[in-house]
Amino acid sequence: MSTFYFIAFLSIFFSLLVIFAKNPVHSVLYLILTFFTFTIHYVLLNAQFLAVVNFIVYMGAIMVLFLFVMMLLNLNKDAEPGKHYLVKLAGVIAGGCLLVTLVGTLKLTAKSDPVILQNANLGLVKNLGKVLFNEFLLPFEISSVLLLSAMVGAVLLAKKEQRATV
Amino acid sequence: MANITETIQTVPLNHYILLSAIIFSIGVIGVLIRRNAIVVFMSVELMLNAVNLLLTAFSVYKGDASGQVFVFFVMALAAAEVAVGLAIIVMIYRNTHSTDINVLSRLKW
Repeated sequence: MSTFYFIAFLSIFFSLLVIFAKNPVHSVLYLILTFFTFTIHYVLLNAQFLAVVNFIVYMGAIMVLFLFVMMLLNLNKDAEPGKHYLVKLAGVIAGGCLLVTLVGTLKLTAKSDPVILQNANLGLVKNLGKVLFNEFLLPFEISSVLLLSAMVGAVLLAKKEQRATV
Repeated sequence: MANITETIQTVPLNHYILLSAIIFSIGVIGVLIRRNAIVVFMSVELMLNAVNLLLTAFSVYKGDASGQVFVFFVMALAAAEVAVGLAIIVMIYRNTHSTDINVLSRLKW
């Protein structure tokens, strides 16, 4: 039980560091740590497939993409002048209001039951694969089209334009 | 594996909702207070992950595998979104030589 609260504390701590770090490279590194704590959460919930996918896709692929873009843009000295402190204060107050609203709605509900894993192999690859390829076969195929079009779009956007054609 | 799943059995569902709400709000605050487009993008990723965690917790709570399949689709969508979004940021940087989103104020009223 205390494992969950410790990991939850780490998640909140590192995600706060992500948005308050001055240097964007530090932000990316803290975001990797945040995703690692999320992986531990998935392991605690016995969602092993999601833990592995989170580890490979988020920490492996997406974060490397962020770091590569940051390397290409050469942003590590951070020319960001920073917003006016009143704008920052307004942003923090707006986010705090959202949090208070969500927590207040949660307090109105009754005391919840503990999360109990009834079926121990719920999150295993075998079980999820059966569900994915029976009920969700069409969305799965459509997501492959989505990934293909995203790949084509990314290459098209990031390519340099030739000015001679006009 | 049995003792790992036993550690979770006393955590109420409300605490998972609370954790996800806190991390989602941190993401919203990050979008509002930062000016660097890449950091804004990372805050969006934080919000997506908070929702993923909540979906997984509900899936385990209800004993239904569909929630975890949906998280898988959200991850595929996030990968596509990051690829396109970072390409757009690279293009913006090539045109304006900064990733400051306040430079892009042409649509401002």
